Amino acid sequence: MRKFDTKVQHLKYKVLREVARCAFEDRLSDCYTEIPQKIVKGPKPTMRCCIYKERAIVNERIKIAMGGDKTNPNVIEVIKIACDECPIGGYTVSDDACRGCLAHRCEDVCKRGAITFDENQKAHIDKEKCVNCGQCAQVCPYSAIRNNKRPCENACKVKAISKGETNEAKIDNDKCISCGACVYQCPFGAIVDKSYILDVIDAIKKSKDNKDYKVYAVVAPSISSQFSYAKLGQVITGIKKLGFFSVIEAALGADMVAYEESRELLEKGFLTSSCCPAFVNYIEKNFPTLVEHISHNPSPMVRIAKYIKEIDPTGKIVFIGPCTAKKMEYKKEKTNGVVDAVITFEELQALFDGKDINIEELEESVLDNASYYGRIFARSGGLADAVTQAIKEQGLEGEFNPIACDGIEQCRMALLKASKGVLPNNFIEGMACVGGCIGGAGCLTHGEKNKNQVDEYGREAHEKTIKDSIQVFEHEFPKK
Amino acid sequence: MDINVCVGSSCHLKGSYKIINLMKEAIEKNQLSDKVNVSAAFCLGQCTTGVTVKIDDEIVCGVSEENFNEIFAEKVLKKV
Repeated sequence: MRKFDTKVQHLKYKVLREVARCAFEDRLSDCYTEIPQKIVKGPKPTMRCCIYKERAIVNERIKIAMGGDKTNPNVIEVIKIACDECPIGGYTVSDDACRGCLAHRCEDVCKRGAITFDENQKAHIDKEKCVNCGQCAQVCPYSAIRNNKRPCENACKVKAISKGETNEAKIDNDKCISCGACVYQCPFGAIVDKSYILDVIDAIKKSKDNKDYKVYAVVAPSISSQFSYAKLGQVITGIKKLGFFSVIEAALGADMVAYEESRELLEKGFLTSSCCPAFVNYIEKNFPTLVEHISHNPSPMVRIAKYIKEIDPTGKIVFIGPCTAKKMEYKKEKTNGVVDAVITFEELQALFDGKDINIEELEESVLDNASYYGRIFARSGGLADAVTQAIKEQGLEGEFNPIACDGIEQCRMALLKASKGVLPNNFIEGMACVGGCIGGAGCLTHGEKNKNQVDEYGREAHEKTIKDSIQVFEHEFPKK
Repeated sequence: MDINVCVGSSCHLKGSYKIINLMKEAIEKNQLSDKVNVSAAFCLGQCTTGVTVKIDDEIVCGVSEENFNEIFAEKVLKKV
């Protein structure tokens, strides 16, 4: 069964796997000599013009797999030499669709004089003069002029990607929300999220089999739609085999958040969710007047990490999820260092294989901390459902009229309305990825079935209500 | 005295929440609230038998509703 959606993911994974292998075997210094040869065997190139360029790019991938450029605060990086500098940027005339008409509206509307005609009266755009204003495309009666954007620019709904000075993709860190959409969409794999797998391997090793301190894995509920070639219980056993002491559901943190968020909402009257770090970052960068309405609750990841650290202050916590933006979130000052590292499902697969753990052969472990509602946070609409349930369970009174937005474009619409005071809803559930977390850039696979798998996993929860799930944490234990 | 009840996945499914509630009741009944501190733990590393409870430094495995009173009398009441 397929492990990844694309060959780009597979290449990235191979590098991560080999870096992990070197780290597990205490010979990181071999990385740069061994891995490029291993991945690009030669003598014929299979991906680029020559094997030397292929190897040079692998070298860049190794750097990012080992933490990337420390001087760049963004967790998303461009590998300049891997960028194809796609020439398809901008408006072009489709030869088939242009009828060579008499009207030439395109020519009339172009203030730059960029439109010329050949002997068949068909239009052409002079790229030297064109400024991509798009007016010609609007007036063409045959829709023969299209804006062919680079896949990365097209994927980036916050318009953070542009052409750099030498034509390679350039990320504007002031706009980027680290959602990872470009990472998943670039057909050349030239945009990559930094990896912290070495921090994870280091934490596991230094724990000396969890004797000096314990290393906890907190897994996002979207894991239920991943690793579809094995059973979830086998994935959990695999995580323990990597050297983690215990595996805990982030969904338990989601249960806690649902309770707290419902109370906060009714108190404040209007709220935007704080679970998705890319969505929060999007509000901060684009809707400063709405920042005060972002829920003050931590995300489920941070919530459960805080709780684990209250119980075990020396423990180390690694979050494993579908999300590149979580890599940005855990380093934020307000997170207070409660999470020690973040990796994605892609990287988890690399860790398994770097240690030759074949999860299909393992026994199943149980994973059960959270309720149905905490688990469905993984898909769009889940958080709103959970808050509805939390209000009901607590017998709270007040209006709750949520809108669930997935994908930045939907989020933008709702936020725009909210900023103008015309949004009929009083709660915005915002998820930067289409479909919610199951659409995350760090997922191994993306598909139609993923939502059903999350719901199914939710229904398997031992605890049926949020109250059942968090009773012993919220009410029974006095906080120390 | 510090008591940690394991709420890791395995113990959770075997009823650790029930044990926590029984523990709370028993402590209240015996007026030990100021002497005994009950909290959770994510896995005590003994996932095979029943609910695992750590009483100070001693690990007690296989705690269930049936043997709870016996264990409480032996490990808590006698030592506190």
